[in-house]
Amino acid sequence: MTEPNALLTLKNVTKRFPGVVAVDGVSLEVRPGEVHALLGENGAGKTTLVSLLYGLYPPDEGEIFWQGRPVRIRSPQEAIRLGIGLVPQHPLLVRAHTVLENLALGMPRGFLFPTRGLEARIAELTRHYGFRFDPHAPVWQLSEGEKQRVEIVRALLQGARLLVLDEPTSVLTPQEARELFKVIRRMRAEGEAVIFISHKLDEVLEVADRITVLRKGRRVGTIAREEADKAELARMMVGRQVSFERRKPPARPGEAVLELAEVHAASDRGLPALRGVNLRVRAGEILGLAGVAGSGQRELVEVVTGLRRPERGEVRVLGRAPWSRRRGRIAHIPEDRRRQGMAGGLDLAENLILHDYARAPFARGPLIDRRAVYAFAREQIARYRIDPPDPHTPARLLSGGNLQKLILARELHGAPPLIVAVHPTYGLDVGATELVHELLIERSRAGAAVLLVSEDLDEVLALADRVAVIQGGRIVGEVPAEAADRERIGLWMAGVEA
Amino acid sequence: MRRIGPFLVEKDLVAPPGRVLAVSTAALLLAFLVAGLVFWAYGVSPWAAYRTIFVETLLSPSGFAEGVRRAIPLLLAGVGLVLAFRGQFWNIGAEGQLLLGAVAAAGVALFAPLPGPLKLPAMFLAGFVAGGLWAAVPALLKLRLGVNDVLTTLMLNYVAVYLVEWLIHGPWRGRTAFGFAYTDRFPDTAMLPLLPGTYVHWPTLLLALGLAWLAWFVLARTVWGYPVRVTGDNPEAARYARMPVFWVVFGVALASGGLAGLAGVGEVAGVHGRLLGAYQISLGYGYTAIIVAWLARGNPLGAVLTALFMGLVFASGDVMKIALQMPFRVTDVFNGLILFFLISTERLLYYRVRWAPARKEH
Repeated sequence: MTEPNALLTLKNVTKRFPGVVAVDGVSLEVRPGEVHALLGENGAGKTTLVSLLYGLYPPDEGEIFWQGRPVRIRSPQEAIRLGIGLVPQHPLLVRAHTVLENLALGMPRGFLFPTRGLEARIAELTRHYGFRFDPHAPVWQLSEGEKQRVEIVRALLQGARLLVLDEPTSVLTPQEARELFKVIRRMRAEGEAVIFISHKLDEVLEVADRITVLRKGRRVGTIAREEADKAELARMMVGRQVSFERRKPPARPGEAVLELAEVHAASDRGLPALRGVNLRVRAGEILGLAGVAGSGQRELVEVVTGLRRPERGEVRVLGRAPWSRRRGRIAHIPEDRRRQGMAGGLDLAENLILHDYARAPFARGPLIDRRAVYAFAREQIARYRIDPPDPHTPARLLSGGNLQKLILARELHGAPPLIVAVHPTYGLDVGATELVHELLIERSRAGAAVLLVSEDLDEVLALADRVAVIQGGRIVGEVPAEAADRERIGLWMAGVEA
Repeated sequence: MRRIGPFLVEKDLVAPPGRVLAVSTAALLLAFLVAGLVFWAYGVSPWAAYRTIFVETLLSPSGFAEGVRRAIPLLLAGVGLVLAFRGQFWNIGAEGQLLLGAVAAAGVALFAPLPGPLKLPAMFLAGFVAGGLWAAVPALLKLRLGVNDVLTTLMLNYVAVYLVEWLIHGPWRGRTAFGFAYTDRFPDTAMLPLLPGTYVHWPTLLLALGLAWLAWFVLARTVWGYPVRVTGDNPEAARYARMPVFWVVFGVALASGGLAGLAGVGEVAGVHGRLLGAYQISLGYGYTAIIVAWLARGNPLGAVLTALFMGLVFASGDVMKIALQMPFRVTDVFNGLILFFLISTERLLYYRVRWAPARKEH
């Protein structure tokens, strides 16, 4: 039942990894001139599907057809030769080189850089699609949005007839996203096909012609945009009714818990990352910090949690410097939970005492009381419903959602007065996301000061009582959540002073 | 998942203990197989060689005692290296630390005006401190300046070798040595008792066994061991949890250097009775201890078994020299092959092979 006019057809494609079926019998077809969205939560199999198309690994079962002919895509080179172009989520460009040099790198020509002929074609393409970038600028000067456009141009130069965009809006401001959608529509008008991968319902409804929903590796269904509505898509994606509203009692902010005054700090590479940050979070409120990636969020979080010393300025958590040994407890839900938040070879119980291993009841003198440690673990596992429930499980075997529950159990234990949550729901399914959100709201209403750092503006707007925007190492704007306006926040994020 | 002939190969996230044992044993057998080729090239029948080795080490009490004697320094240094590797300190310098321990012990034995019963305890203490300080130098360079510890610990071995050579040729050369390059004999109060009929200096053996247990206990059950395990598993997590990473790395460096130093004390006070040439004090125990630690897979108690095993390999070197007229350094070939096969089979621990012949489709 291969459609005669389909550009790409997948038939019962399956890909297994140890312990999981990442893609389970998925069939799909993409027509020329259509924007086909792949919608699904993290772990639904979207990225695996893309990797199969791009020749990163072969499917275990099933067939792929290109223009009706069966093909085996063994490498990215073959995918490019067929006319499949991938725009990766995080641009793969050589930072020190110019845009032009980076683009020449992707061209299958000669030993020396054939930049001359290329320039004319780039100029033509950029004019045609309304891109704006200077081909002679070094890549490190470009914004994330600009880098993404360079990747798109690269794919087009290589003759892509099907462009695969993997979570393209995750690094963009709302305005940049809108620019991207314009480009996508222009490409559709040219007869190009686009696979648009996302877990955000609104943008899928805005840009796609047809939407295929994936859940746990399976295709739930494909529907035309005209027939789709948000609640129905969400239900397909998650497998149950989803509420988008977060019930949030009004905040009654108390005294300031976290105060930063004119804080300057350097990044790991010694470059100025924070350039005079002023910020205050009070007990009982959630401050949402929005900003595009790399605007100084990481350094700010490290300064607040005492992992990085500022070069200048004052940081106080309940009057104490956060790097002092005797400061109170600060809950820190880390940016990268696998890299920072666990010791993967240690078991679940041992990971729960990461901060408190030297305190009673876990330590008695210099000895660790294993009975107390495992009793505590069983209690927390039951309370947060961590799966698998065996406290002897090595932490690295936990799924993302269960690992985040473990981190929450550890960090929120003992009612810390300050909670710093960094991308707390990144990569989590809807159920775990709801739990994280509810916990953060509950703790703030119980009197904790919450600093929520997220690149997901929807999350910030749903949870925060106040929204601050960080850009270029400064807080460029702050507004109560009720008065928050996406447009204005977007302009702040982009660095356009409003 | 991948099909190779009738087998299905699958990847696992954890290596079950049974497979660790099976793969390690297979690696050892491969090492013996290739070493057999070396014997054959040397003109010795591998079969006869292995039979002789087996009979002369495992079945002969005196041969076995030789193995135990060699296992003592391997266990002390090996336990130290287990700690070092668990704490992300890549100590390749146990050899030098061992020599420094020997030097310190000799200094105390020959020159310290201590009453008899205090001599030996003072020698062990001095040996521990000297070995520890020798490891503290690269540890500080790593922690403060980011200097690669593999290189610095390795290079300090050569410094230690020449320090020993200088001492025995120069200021410490014995009056009774008649021009030979070694010190005077230690007084009797500075000598360790031996098991009768062997060279097994049992106090060091007991010390080594006790310290292996202590190292296991500290790692697994105390507030000092826990941060070591976290740092060794994921240094980023240790930093995130604001653990004293500096003291963790510095601590395991001191402990591992100190334990190697104790091994050096045991060798001069138990076997030789004087400080002599570096290559006579140690037969590369500090390097072989790396294999001991690797085979023990991070468990100090495991080092008891692996040290005995490598000790027997050394003892078989004696057998080969005497019974088969092969050079003793054949043991180096053994050691190299064992380490090579162990490291190269490491990845296999995470693969499972199943017999699953493909069925014909109808």
